[in-house]
Amino acid sequence: MPAAGQPLLRIEGVAKTFGTFRAVDGVSLDIKAGEFFALLGPSGCGKTTLLRMLAGFEAPDEGRILLGGKDIAQALPHERPINMMFQNYALFPHLSVRDNIAFGLKRAGMARADIAMRVAEMVALVKLEGLEKRKPDQLSGGQCQRVALARALARRPQLLLLDEPLAALDKKLRESTQAELMELQRRLGMTFIIVTHDQEEAMTMASRIGVMKSGKLAQVASPRELYEAPRSRWIAEFVGDINLFDGESKLRDGHRLIIGTRDAGALVVAEPREPVGAGRFSIAIRPEKVKLSRRGPVSEVGRETAINRLDGVIADICYLGGTTTYKVKLDTGGTVQASVANSARLDVDAYSLNQHVVAWFTPDDCVVLQS
Amino acid sequence: MSTRRIFARPARFASIAPYVWMVLFFLVPFAFVLKISLSQTAIAQPPYEPVFDLTAGWDALRSAFAAFSIDNFRLLVSDDIYVFAYVRSLTVAITATALLLLIGYPIAYGMARLPKRWQAVAMVLVIVPFWTSFLIRIYAWINILQHDGLLNQILLTLHLVSQPVVWLSTDSAMYIGIVYSYLPFMILPLYATLAKMEPALEEAASDLGAPPWQVFWLVTFPLSLPGVGAGVLLCFIPIVGEFVIPDLLAGSNSLMIGQTLWLEFFTNKDWPVASAAAIALLVVLLVPLLLYERLQKRQLEQGR
Repeated sequence: MPAAGQPLLRIEGVAKTFGTFRAVDGVSLDIKAGEFFALLGPSGCGKTTLLRMLAGFEAPDEGRILLGGKDIAQALPHERPINMMFQNYALFPHLSVRDNIAFGLKRAGMARADIAMRVAEMVALVKLEGLEKRKPDQLSGGQCQRVALARALARRPQLLLLDEPLAALDKKLRESTQAELMELQRRLGMTFIIVTHDQEEAMTMASRIGVMKSGKLAQVASPRELYEAPRSRWIAEFVGDINLFDGESKLRDGHRLIIGTRDAGALVVAEPREPVGAGRFSIAIRPEKVKLSRRGPVSEVGRETAINRLDGVIADICYLGGTTTYKVKLDTGGTVQASVANSARLDVDAYSLNQHVVAWFTPDDCVVLQS
Repeated sequence: MSTRRIFARPARFASIAPYVWMVLFFLVPFAFVLKISLSQTAIAQPPYEPVFDLTAGWDALRSAFAAFSIDNFRLLVSDDIYVFAYVRSLTVAITATALLLLIGYPIAYGMARLPKRWQAVAMVLVIVPFWTSFLIRIYAWINILQHDGLLNQILLTLHLVSQPVVWLSTDSAMYIGIVYSYLPFMILPLYATLAKMEPALEEAASDLGAPPWQVFWLVTFPLSLPGVGAGVLLCFIPIVGEFVIPDLLAGSNSLMIGQTLWLEFFTNKDWPVASAAAIALLVVLLVPLLLYERLQKRQLEQGR
């Protein structure tokens, strides 16, 4: 066990090259005990390679992997107190559910009676009672997923790795399983690292997310920070929907910046923490922060503070049930997306195609993104 | 005309084709052999009696049937020569199949773990010997194994032996020939099962704390059993009836059943006994085949 304050897992400058392709390119990351950490990124970003290095299936070319202060970078998979739940579960097809779960316990040299007890405990934990004697091909996808989870948890690893654990489940089952996984992780107090390409999944489950791009960690932050304060244009676009306006000029006005954009005219934004440099930059605003009205801002906020007001017509309507996304073609040339909650069942106020509207948002809702 | 109609006829033909094949090329010849095995030797042409003479009428046919006897099968059991030949055939087949499995498994395993494009190359290398006639390859082995052959030259040069070893006309030469000839039939089915095995299964086993040898014995090997079964049968059955390799490479003091058959047919001109021996061999081979069939069926049922 690591000393107080020391991270459970420390990844230091880890790199892995396949041929000439640098799959993981100098990643450093600390993960504390009890965290639910998500590695998020598009396919080919190196997240799976990084996970496989933690499990021991790949040896890093550079860097160190410290688990509880001990370097395990070159240790073989069976020597690590880490277990993994595989993407397609990798259940042993010739073994029953019970034997699949007991596999790791037997390897650890546990006594028979203890194994039986632990297996029963695991079966109950993932609610598979009565299916112990079944073979994996006699189980549904959701049941296989539970067996895989029970098998990975049975050894009580210091660290559990989950490789796209929910990718093979349908949407409803995925959502309920997400909730169960989170509950389980909290209850067991275990450290989970999950790899996923699904940003919603990462946001829902993880306490912290590391976004990977081209083998590097682009940003490590809480879900809220990642969404509200993305560090780059690429992250902003990868995590959720966003409106982006390229900045052309900037002017300081107290604590505000007035940014000239080609597509949306002049926009007032709050001054970012880091000063805006000389390079390319853009203004980003999430669709749900863009309000629509027929005549202009009506809220108190709008009257008091400088606001951004863009005139246009509704060009596209996308009804999603809980919300409706309107695409507004601006008089200045660009388009802006606004996501509006459908808070009333009978919405006589809903906008219609080609209707003239005002899209508006406050300076604080804007983010200035460089590069 | 709908697509269904167009394909219906060939599809129906395709489904009965195997049965037509079986009847024409297995059941009919089998009936001939069975008939001869129940006949008696005769100095005549053909060298056995009774002979069905369909022109002689119903009574002649009935008396021909009455003349059938199982004496030849009694002879097979009572005469040591045949019993020994069967025992030797089974011993050779079991030993050779075990050797083949021992040698073929590591090769197939290695092939399945090669990078994809090298797997195709390895596959060609396994099959390439088939491009040369089987008989020529066995004669090549005679050349290699003879008194001043390549093998003895190498052994002498390396000072592993002080004088040439007698290889030809020994069981060692026969086993070398059999293993060499049948190796592809062992490797290919093993390779097929090993190559399609999900690599994540072995990773999962090692992730759960199994050192490499346990990964092999607890996961890889059990999952490759269908391939092992197919390879073992593909080798075992033809080796039991093998004639050419023991005839050319092994000594003549103990014969396999294929050689005994040959002797009865061509040297002794005793077609009925030879036929009886052939039918007995078929029955002996049917047992492992049926066992394998049952095993496969069980696996299929588990697969459901």
